[in-house]
Amino acid sequence: MSTPKTLYDKIWDAHIVHNDSDGTCLLYIDRHLVHEVTSPQAFEGLRMSGRKVRAPEKTIAVPDHNVPTTPNRDNVIDNEESRIQVEALDKNAKDFGVIYYPVSDIRQGIVHIVGPEQGWTLPGMTVVCGDSHTATHGAFGALAHGIGTSEVEHVLATQTLIQKKSKNMKVEITGTLRPGVTAKDITLAVIGETGTAGGTGYVIEYCGQAIRDLSMEGRMTVCNMAIEGGARAGLIAPDEKTYEYCKGRPHSPKGTSWEMALAYWKTLFSDSDAVFDKVVTIKGEDIAPLVTWGTSPEDVLPITAAIPDPESFSGGKIEAVRRSLEYMGLEAGQKLSEIEIDTVFIGSCTNGRIEDLRAASEILKGKKIKDGMRAMVVPGSGLVRLQAEEEGIAEIFREAGFEWRLAGCSMCLAMNPDQLAEGERCASTSNRNFEGRQGYRGRTHLVSPAMAAAAAITGKLTDVREIIQ
Amino acid sequence: MEKFEKLSGVAAPMPLVNIDTDMIIPKVFLKTIKRSGLGVNLFDEMRYDREGNEKSEFVLNKAQYREAKILVAGDNFGCGSSREHAPWAIADFGIKCVISTSFADIFFNNCFKNGILPVVLPEDQVKVLMSDAEKGANSIIEVDLEKQTIASSDGEVFTFDVDPFKKHCLLNGLDDIGLTMEKETDITAYEAKASQLFPWA
Repeated sequence: MSTPKTLYDKIWDAHIVHNDSDGTCLLYIDRHLVHEVTSPQAFEGLRMSGRKVRAPEKTIAVPDHNVPTTPNRDNVIDNEESRIQVEALDKNAKDFGVIYYPVSDIRQGIVHIVGPEQGWTLPGMTVVCGDSHTATHGAFGALAHGIGTSEVEHVLATQTLIQKKSKNMKVEITGTLRPGVTAKDITLAVIGETGTAGGTGYVIEYCGQAIRDLSMEGRMTVCNMAIEGGARAGLIAPDEKTYEYCKGRPHSPKGTSWEMALAYWKTLFSDSDAVFDKVVTIKGEDIAPLVTWGTSPEDVLPITAAIPDPESFSGGKIEAVRRSLEYMGLEAGQKLSEIEIDTVFIGSCTNGRIEDLRAASEILKGKKIKDGMRAMVVPGSGLVRLQAEEEGIAEIFREAGFEWRLAGCSMCLAMNPDQLAEGERCASTSNRNFEGRQGYRGRTHLVSPAMAAAAAITGKLTDVREIIQ
Repeated sequence: MEKFEKLSGVAAPMPLVNIDTDMIIPKVFLKTIKRSGLGVNLFDEMRYDREGNEKSEFVLNKAQYREAKILVAGDNFGCGSSREHAPWAIADFGIKCVISTSFADIFFNNCFKNGILPVVLPEDQVKVLMSDAEKGANSIIEVDLEKQTIASSDGEVFTFDVDPFKKHCLLNGLDDIGLTMEKETDITAYEAKASQLFPWA
């Protein structure tokens, strides 16, 4: 009998190029995704040392962080630095011959949405990108994680990465989710349980009935925020839903190649007796619609709760909570459902897929956003935008009073014109509520798309279950 | 890459937990296409007001810490984004060693690529060094990578763990890419094998 393996073990083993005696491995990288912010210095490094991109056919570039999401953006990016960064990617993609989706391409969008959509991301692959939310691709049972720019250069030059293996962690979500509870709530619940450093040193495999029940879009949302829990990567074993999603995508295998791939993908699961170094179990029924109240994703509570007292924490967290409440303009004891907001952002690599837009539009159908509310919805890719327009979703958003934007990272990280003004408070479907993340001294409450839609209607953080009823 | 062997200098205390990469270098400074020059914007939003004036209460603005070479920080330092601009800014400021009870994974790796030594120590030892750092300019902390030791200004010595490969690269200022290029035949062999096993990949 061979040693039982986890899914992570299996993918790791299949990609070892070289194994040093101290456990340092050279790992082969199947897909390298590239965007404009973390790549210019890496391409410059290649130029300076006269190196080429080893596998341009496995390297996929798309500008997303800096691009404006307003119409007629193709020819003009007003901010000079943003424009230079996007132009640098245009040039680097051309000079080094990598696959490229420029701003003008209908397929352009957030790199983590474009990859799966185009069939670049497939089960069992290793996927990296100079972006921490690369964890998203783990939803396919691919080992996917963010890397720094030096590592981007390393992968461009060698198609490999020097790595040490992480430990195995299993996060099981049992049972079924209650109405109004979504993939976003699952991933926030896990971070609330383990803390933002709870996953440090681990690769998480998410499993359990509630995970199986999720669509591929939902699974991507869950894995996307594995990094917010500190994990190197999040994984979900592929199943029929995964194969169905991959089938027929522009770059997924076809014919006999598909059959061969499928046979391999069916071996990608953790053996029943595989050993995990850490196990976390959460009952799906216990998860409520969640909202963050502080400036760390671990500062998360059910919408029915109240702001906690800093003194109820311990160690360095007491000071951190005091600081975040001051930043957020909130006080201990305040009910979350009474917090008024002025901005709603629906989009990002966490929640910018078609299912997210459908969920929000379900809540918004026939309703209007509150007077004075600034609400924008930013599809994760040009193709998501197109699909939403075909399904009539775009019209629901427009009717409700939302701005219907072009694809990009938008207000998730405020590197483009979409930003919070000082003191503005936003219900956001993005992934980070750090200080200044959505704009200088802007205030972020992370929520699911349905919760964001509910907040847009009432003007305050709202329990979406009250609207569904 | 610059070699890291020994370091001796003032340590700045930042006891806050979960110091994230947006605090270390706000996104507005990620629009550069260069690696250098980010030190002046390190901790920008904590360090300057909206008009760009220094906030006197921020640790790196205090006279005794302006030349700090070491940072002693709260738990989970460097969490958040993969931006290597964070270690670039830290190194450009002149800080070459960060000490904490834990670091976020990607930030930790990025440090080693930029001549910065991230050191993980148990809570009680970080506390000792934090109080030491709070003493200011007269308190010099010494880091010795070869021996894997950190000495407080009182001469208390702590040992730390470091990955042998990363230590070797840091001590010798080695470029990872050059090292990997030496394994070219292994990479080619893997690609040949993978094209048979996983032709769709």
